[in-house]
Amino acid sequence: MSTVKLTVNGKAVSVDVEDRTLLVHLLRENLNLTGTHVGCDTSQCGACVVHVDGRAVKSCTMLAGQAAGSNVTTIEGLAKGDELHPMQAAFRDNHGLQCGYCTPGMIMSAVDIVHRHGGKLDEETVRHELEGNICRCTGYHNIVKAVLDAAGRMKVAQAAE
Amino acid sequence: MGVEGIGARVVRKEDRRFITGQGRYVDDVKMVGMSYAHFIRSPHAHAKVKGINSAEAMKMPGVIAVLTGQQIVDDKVGNLICGWAITSKDGSPMKMGAWPAMAPETVRFVGQAVAVVIAETKNQAKDAAEAVVVDYEELPAAADIKTAIKPGAPQLHPEAPGNIVYDWHLGDEAAVKDAFSKAANVVTLELTNNRLVPNAMEPRAAVAHYDQAEEHYTLYTTSQNPHVARLVLSAFYNIAPEHKLRVIAPDVGGGFGSKIYIYPEEMVALWASKKVGRPVKWTGDRSEAFLTDAHGRDHVSKAEMAFDKDNKILGLRVKTHANFGAYMSLFSSAVPTYLYATLLSGQYVIPAIYAEVIGVYTNTTPVDAYRGAGRPEASYLIERMMETAARQLKVDPAELRKKNFITAFPYQTPVIMAYDIGDFHASIDAAMKAIDYAGFPARKAKAKADGKLRGIGVSCYIEACGIAPSKAVGSLGAGVGLWESAEIRVNPVGTIEVLTGSHSHGQGHETTFCQIIAERLGVPISQVSIVHGDTDKVQFGMGTYGSRSLAVGGTAIVKAMEKVEAKAKKIAAHALEASESDIVIENGEFKVTGTDKSIALPMVALAAYTAHNLPDGMEPGLKETAFYDPTNFTFPAGAYICELEVDPGTGKTSFVNFVAADDFGRLINPMIVEGQVHGGLAQGIGQALLEGAVYDNTGQLVTASFMDYTMPRADDLPSFQLSHTTTLCPGNPLGVKGCGEAGAIGASAAVINAITDAIGNNKLEMPATPDRVWHAIHG
Amino acid sequence: MYETNYHRASSIDDAVAQFAKGTDSKFLSGGQTLLPVMKQRLAAPSDVIDVAKIKDMIGIDVSGDTVTIKAATTHYDVAQSDAVQKAIPALANLASMIGDPAVRHRGTIGGSLANNDPAADYPAAVLALGAVVKTNKRSIAAEDFFKGLFSTALEDGEIITQVSFPVPAKAGYAKFPNPASRFALTGVFVAKTKSGDVRVVATGASQSGVMRVAPIEQALKANWAASALDAVTIPASGLLADIHGSADYRANLVKVMGQRAVTAAG
Repeated sequence: MSTVKLTVNGKAVSVDVEDRTLLVHLLRENLNLTGTHVGCDTSQCGACVVHVDGRAVKSCTMLAGQAAGSNVTTIEGLAKGDELHPMQAAFRDNHGLQCGYCTPGMIMSAVDIVHRHGGKLDEETVRHELEGNICRCTGYHNIVKAVLDAAGRMKVAQAAE
Repeated sequence: MGVEGIGARVVRKEDRRFITGQGRYVDDVKMVGMSYAHFIRSPHAHAKVKGINSAEAMKMPGVIAVLTGQQIVDDKVGNLICGWAITSKDGSPMKMGAWPAMAPETVRFVGQAVAVVIAETKNQAKDAAEAVVVDYEELPAAADIKTAIKPGAPQLHPEAPGNIVYDWHLGDEAAVKDAFSKAANVVTLELTNNRLVPNAMEPRAAVAHYDQAEEHYTLYTTSQNPHVARLVLSAFYNIAPEHKLRVIAPDVGGGFGSKIYIYPEEMVALWASKKVGRPVKWTGDRSEAFLTDAHGRDHVSKAEMAFDKDNKILGLRVKTHANFGAYMSLFSSAVPTYLYATLLSGQYVIPAIYAEVIGVYTNTTPVDAYRGAGRPEASYLIERMMETAARQLKVDPAELRKKNFITAFPYQTPVIMAYDIGDFHASIDAAMKAIDYAGFPARKAKAKADGKLRGIGVSCYIEACGIAPSKAVGSLGAGVGLWESAEIRVNPVGTIEVLTGSHSHGQGHETTFCQIIAERLGVPISQVSIVHGDTDKVQFGMGTYGSRSLAVGGTAIVKAMEKVEAKAKKIAAHALEASESDIVIENGEFKVTGTDKSIALPMVALAAYTAHNLPDGMEPGLKETAFYDPTNFTFPAGAYICELEVDPGTGKTSFVNFVAADDFGRLINPMIVEGQVHGGLAQGIGQALLEGAVYDNTGQLVTASFMDYTMPRADDLPSFQLSHTTTLCPGNPLGVKGCGEAGAIGASAAVINAITDAIGNNKLEMPATPDRVWHAIHG
Repeated sequence: MYETNYHRASSIDDAVAQFAKGTDSKFLSGGQTLLPVMKQRLAAPSDVIDVAKIKDMIGIDVSGDTVTIKAATTHYDVAQSDAVQKAIPALANLASMIGDPAVRHRGTIGGSLANNDPAADYPAAVLALGAVVKTNKRSIAAEDFFKGLFSTALEDGEIITQVSFPVPAKAGYAKFPNPASRFALTGVFVAKTKSGDVRVVATGASQSGVMRVAPIEQALKANWAASALDAVTIPASGLLADIHGSADYRANLVKVMGQRAVTAAG
C-alpha cells in the first residue's frame, strides 16, 4: 500500500491504494469518477483515456503511483460548470455517440488531437489519430465529423480568449 | 413536422450525461457491503471435471466463499434454456444438451465456468482463484463443423448423437428439383459466413443483492431486455419468483444482440448474493467477453441457383451447416432457421426455394443472434450468388438484379415471408446514381494505370424486422410472444412520462420516442421523459433486438397515446362545454374547432387529477397502457454499392466510396437513423474485411483479444454516403420499418463483390484480410 | 495484476540501488508493454522501479553526426523533435508510427528496446542505423544487443540510459501494421551510411526477432532504387506465420516494404 497524492480535475487528492492499482481504478473506485471506462484489458480500446499533465494517456496502462504529483483531467473535469467543452458540444451536435461507453475516452483523445494539430486537421488525419480508440456503435463517421467541427470551434474560442 | 416532431433532426436528450461522464453503467453501481466475484474458467475445450479443491483459496485474504457447479446443481438452479423449439425434417424435436450455469461434471468450451470466488475486493478474488485447484481430465475436442460431423467425432452431448442439434428444412424440394431440370444455366457457390465476436464496448456485468428481510432480489445487469431476464430467471432458473426479483438494466454500453441472453454469470451472482449474504458484483473483462459472450454467424453453405435462358431465376437450393457452439443459447435455434432461410428470396422473384439447415454442436463458445441474426447470412449468400451469376452469365450485375426484382406487393415468397411493400428499383437507382455507376469503367482503367486494382460491388438486401407477430412466431416454435408495451402517464402538471418495454443501449429512444409524443401533442420534448430498463417501474415488455423498438415499441406508444388523447378530449370537451368530436389538439392545447376556445394540456391533466369536474362516470387520472402485437414483420430494404481499390503489392483494400440507399419507411429522427446505418455498415464491413473468430483444432480461441481480433477502427473505414427512398410501412400507424441492422446485413456482400471484381477472382472468404487477398491475386 | 512494490527512482544510481533490493525487480519506464503483461498476470515482479522521471534519462541531443536519445524519452517527443526530424527523418517517422497517440505519450525508446518485442519498430532502426545502446555499465553495439524474441544482451539490473544513432546519408522506414494490434506485421528500415554501406532490417517478420535482410542489402548496394528489388526473392523459411500473415506473405511484405522504405528515403 502507498499513499498517492495527485491533482484531479483541479482538486488535490490523497489516496491510499495497493501499489498494483491502475490509475483508472483509482479514479473509478477511490474517487468515484466513473466517467472513465474500461473496455479492454490489452491497452487497445481507449475508453479509459484521460489527460495526465496535458497529454492523453490510457489510464488502464499507468499505475496510480506513476501519476503521483501529476495533474489529471478526466471527462468530468472538461466542462466549465454548465458550459460544455466545445468537443463535448460537437459530439452531441454531430451525433458522435450512441451507447456512450467509448465516448469519454474518445472525447479526451479528440481534445488532445486538436491541441496537437491545431487547425491543421483533415479527415484522414483525424481517422489516423483515433487509432487508439475503438467505437462499436457509430462507424466513426459522426465522430470524425464531430472532431473536425470541434477543431473549428476550439480555434474560434482560442481566438476569442 | 414541428421542430421536435416526427422527421426533425433533434439532438439527443440522453447525450448530456454521456459526454460529461455522468452515464450510469452497471459497473458504476456500488452497494454497501459489496463483494466481488471472479469466475474460474476451463482452460480446456472439452474435459471432465474430476474435482475442485478450494482449501488453499479459502485461507487467502478477503475470501468469502468459493462456490462450485455441483453446489448450484444441488440448489436446484435450473439449466440454461433455449427459447425457440425447432423441429427436424423427421419430426423430432431439436436435441438440447444440458447447460448448467457452472459445470459440475463436463466442460465443453474454453472459458466455461466451473466455480466462482467471492471476495472483499476484485483483486483478492482474482488472487484466490489461482489457488483453486481444478482437476480436469482432458477429452478430445471437435472445434469446427467439419470435425464435429465426421463419423467417430468426439461427442459433446449424450442427448445429441453425431453432434447434430437439428436437421431442418424449409420450402418445396420437388418444385426446386423441377426448376433445376428446366434451367438454361446453373450457378453454384460455396461459402463460409465467418464467426464474429459482438464486442459491445461495455463488457457484461452484474450487481446482485439479496434482501433477507423482504426475501427479495435486485439485479443490475447489462441487458437489452430486463423483463425477459426476470421472466427466465424466475420461471426457468428458479432464482426467485417474479414479484421477488427486480431487474434493472441502466445505461448499457452497446448490445448488438449479445446482451439479449441471460448468462450464467447473472444467475450465479444472484444465487451467490443469497448464499454469502452480501451484494455481489461481477464485471467481465474483455478476455472473458471474448470467451463467453455469445458469438455470431458461423455458417458453411452450398448454394445453387437456376436461371432460364432470359436470365430469370427459376429456383434456389441451399444447404447450410450452422455452428451453435457447445450449448444452445437463448434464441440461437431460430437464427439459422426462421431468421435466415425465410429471407433467402432476397429482393427477387424466385419461384421455388428449398433450404436445408443442419445445426451442429462444437467445443466452442455458444453462438446466438448478433446484429442482423440470420439475415446477414441470407443476404450475403444471395448477393454473392447474384454477383457470381452475373459474371458467369456475362451480364451487368445491377441489370441482372433489376431483371429479377419483385415489383408487385404484397408479395408472398416461397419461404413464409410475405413482403408488404417496397421499391427495389428506387433504391438501386439511387445508389447507382450516387456512386456514378456508369462512370466506373473509366475510373477502373485510370486506377489500373496507377498500379491499383479497382472494383465495384453491389448488394441489395432485404430484412424482416419489427419482430414479431406473436401468433405467427408461436406457431413456428417461439416460447414467448413478441409484442411490446407502453404506458403513458400525463402528470397533474402536464409533464409526461412514457414507460416502455423497449430498452435503449445506444439507439436514442429517449429522443425518438419523445418526438412521437411531441408530434401528437405539440409539447416540447423537455416536458417528456422516457422510462425504461427497470422491471419495478415499467410494465412487462419484450426489449430491444431485431430492429423492433420503433415499429413495435413505438407503435405501442402510439396506441397508448390514442387512449390518452381520447380521454383528454372528453375532459376538455366537458370543461369547454363543447362536443367531444369538435376538440382538436394543436401545440399542446385542446381547441374547439372553429372557435377561439381552448384549454392547455396541463389544465386538462390537472382536471383529470383534481377530479372536481369530470364528466359523469369518468375515473380520475390520465394514464393509459397499451400492449401492441404487430400483424406482420416489417421489411426494410435497400441497395449498397462499394467502390474500392486493392494494392496488389500488399493485398490491402482501401475504400474509394461507399453508398447506401435504404428504405426504412418513415424516419422519425433522420440523424439517429443515419447513425444506426453508419454503425451497421461498420459491422458489415468489419465482417467482410477484418473480423473473424478463429479457433485452433484443440478448441482454443486464437483471436481472444483486441490484439488478434481485428476491430474496425476509424482509419479502416470511409465516410459513408447515405440516402433514403421511402415506401411507408402499411403495417403500423407510424409507417416505420426499422433501421438498426440494415448496414450489418447489406454491407459485407457489397465489399466482397467489389474485391472479387477488383482482383478478377471469386475465390475469397471473409474476412478478406490483406494476406488472403494477396494470395487470391498471386496464388 | 499481482501485487507489487512501486518505487520512483530519483536518479540512475538510485534506480540501480532500488532494483538490487527487490527479489525480482523490473525497471518500469513508459509501461506500455510491461503493464499490459503484468495485467495479464504473465509477469509478477516483486518490485517495479519507475525510471521515467529521472532527469538524466530524458532528452534528445544532436551533435555532429550523432543523434542521441536518452532512454526515457517518449515516442511522441522523438516524433515531434525538430532536431530528429532534420537529422534522421526516418527515425522521427518511425516513432510517429508506434502504437497510438496515447501509447506514444507514455512509451519510451529504452523500454521498447529492453523489451525487444519481435514486432516492435525501434529495433529495426537501431540495427539498421548501427546505433550504440548505452547502459549504466557499458556501450553495446546494435548487432550485439538483440538476442532473439524478447531477449537482449542486458544483464539483470542493467539499465539502458541512452541510444546514439549515427546520422545516415539516407534512411527510410515502411511499416505494414498488423490489422488488429497495429504492431508491425512487417516493417522494414533501410539505411545508407555516409560511408556508402547499406543496412536493411526487417521487424515483425522473423521467428528470431529483428533481422538483417541480406538479399535486399546486396541489391541496394548495387543500385539504391526501389526497382532494384524487383528481382529479389525473400525466402519464407524462418519467417513468422499467424492468422494475420503467412510466412510467404510476410516474405512478400519484406520486399514490398523494403521498396517503399527506399522510396521514402529518396
